[in-house]
Amino acid sequence: MNAPESPLLEVVGVSKSFGGVHANENVSIRVNPGEIVGLIGPNGSGKTTLFNSIVGYHPVDGGKIQFAGKEITTLRVPEIARLGLLRTFQQTRVYKQMDCVQNLQISTPAAQMTTGSLFVRVPRPVTEKAEALLDFVGMSSKRYLLAGDLSFGQQKLLEFAMALMSEPKLLLLDEPTAGINPTLINGLIDRLRRANAEFGVTLLVIEHNMRVIMNLAQRLYCLAQGKILAEGAPETVRQDPRVIEAYLGGH
Amino acid sequence: MSNTPRWLYLVLLAVGVFAPLLLPQIASQLAFLWIMVVFALAWDIMGGRMGYNSFGNILFFGIGCYALAVFQRDLNWGGYWVALPLGLLFGGLLASLAAVFFGVGMLGLREKYFAVGTLGLGVAAGEIAASWGYIGAGGGLSTVLMPVAGNANVYWAYIAFAVAVLTFFALKRLYAGRIGLALGAIRDDEDKAEAMGLPTTRVKTLAWAVSAFPLGVAGGIVGNMQGFIDPRDIAFAGSTYGTWMILMAILGGRGTLWGPVLGAFVFQITKELFWVYLAEWQRIALGVLIVLIVVFFPRGILGWVRERWPQRFGQRVVEAA
Repeated sequence: MNAPESPLLEVVGVSKSFGGVHANENVSIRVNPGEIVGLIGPNGSGKTTLFNSIVGYHPVDGGKIQFAGKEITTLRVPEIARLGLLRTFQQTRVYKQMDCVQNLQISTPAAQMTTGSLFVRVPRPVTEKAEALLDFVGMSSKRYLLAGDLSFGQQKLLEFAMALMSEPKLLLLDEPTAGINPTLINGLIDRLRRANAEFGVTLLVIEHNMRVIMNLAQRLYCLAQGKILAEGAPETVRQDPRVIEAYLGGH
Repeated sequence: MSNTPRWLYLVLLAVGVFAPLLLPQIASQLAFLWIMVVFALAWDIMGGRMGYNSFGNILFFGIGCYALAVFQRDLNWGGYWVALPLGLLFGGLLASLAAVFFGVGMLGLREKYFAVGTLGLGVAAGEIAASWGYIGAGGGLSTVLMPVAGNANVYWAYIAFAVAVLTFFALKRLYAGRIGLALGAIRDDEDKAEAMGLPTTRVKTLAWAVSAFPLGVAGGIVGNMQGFIDPRDIAFAGSTYGTWMILMAILGGRGTLWGPVLGAFVFQITKELFWVYLAEWQRIALGVLIVLIVVFFPRGILGWVRERWPQRFGQRVVEAA
């Protein structure tokens, strides 16, 4: 454990069960500042459960989670979000009866959301940033449409822009390319990389599409039946016989 | 809704200013019209903008009823015309405080649980008021009469009009601020808003306190105007005022600025016509009207307009430059 730098996120021995199902068993992962880390694994291997544990959606049964040097194991979702750790959802979660610009205007960093700020109009720089980010995800022409009227893929892009709007330190993306038109996927990979490089957002990505994750991630973790099966460089993990077996369904 | 035609403001101003003078015989109905506007606007902050259907907002109205009456009875600072505005403010503040206090427990409830919880709040308040001797208990409380010669209701119509106008513009201003967006975010997906770090508890509590204030003021006006406060039939009248405020907001179009105003006008006028022309049957006709509203206008009049002509409400595709 001679870390080269202190990790941004460190999960140590986290376990979580639902009834008799051990969704996560003694899972440890770490994400360093500036990295793009992938999390793969067959369906039901506990990837989303791990995300939920990290962001404080449910209490964990055991283990410890640290973010930016601060213990967050027992904190709840809003407190963790205010520290700069955000997640997107597998099923999109956007504000459906508001237009795209409004969706972004209300997604500013939590520190800007003081009680006083609630009573004043949205400042112009915020609106300009919202429009720039909509442009960034290629949704500029849709900016005055209600989010609920967008296609699923467009809602995912909007949700990604909302996450960037709040300037997180670490963004957890749950299957960002699921349901997105294959021709748009390359564009999305490119945007994720740019968000990482230009906005300095560290990414932890759950992804089923192997082509995407091989292209995107610098490091991979593979979960199977609730346990970390392998970790390391994408190519190494992909060729690990245990990973291949887990995916192809051997027992 | 940014482009409200100016004539609409002028027409409403004319009604507010001239109607009580020209038609003093219906001054009390006019006063109630503006009170209804306040009811619907205040309810819509929670039910329309934030998606929290409160069935207990009558609580704040009742608190305002008693607050003004007790203030006039026990303190009466500066005589009637000074004590009246002070007492109305006192009623509003007390209602807001009650909202903050009960919000701690109630605002943790979601959707139908919030609706049922608040319903209980209103009913409980009526029962408590009916057994509390200090405010007259079940026998009710008589209020001070306005010291004017002639028709006091003309004055009440003006006071109610002023309160409705203030409520409307205060909310218009409020919704233009960031809290308008925060309310919409909570309505559309509260879990998401929480996951984005929005201070949802603070926003919800603020919204309920803001919605309680005009209801407290309206309560003071109605209690004084009637000259008598009955705990269950006037102050905490959940089955009449308490239900009407919800219906009017839904009828006009919840979540829009003009919807509650429109709903209040349509409802109050229809109700008064029923009372005049459908003697004996008026309550049944009102019940039928309520069912028809919910079945045929689930999104309200303005909600229906908005669905048909979304471009008029600013929803459009921007052509690439």
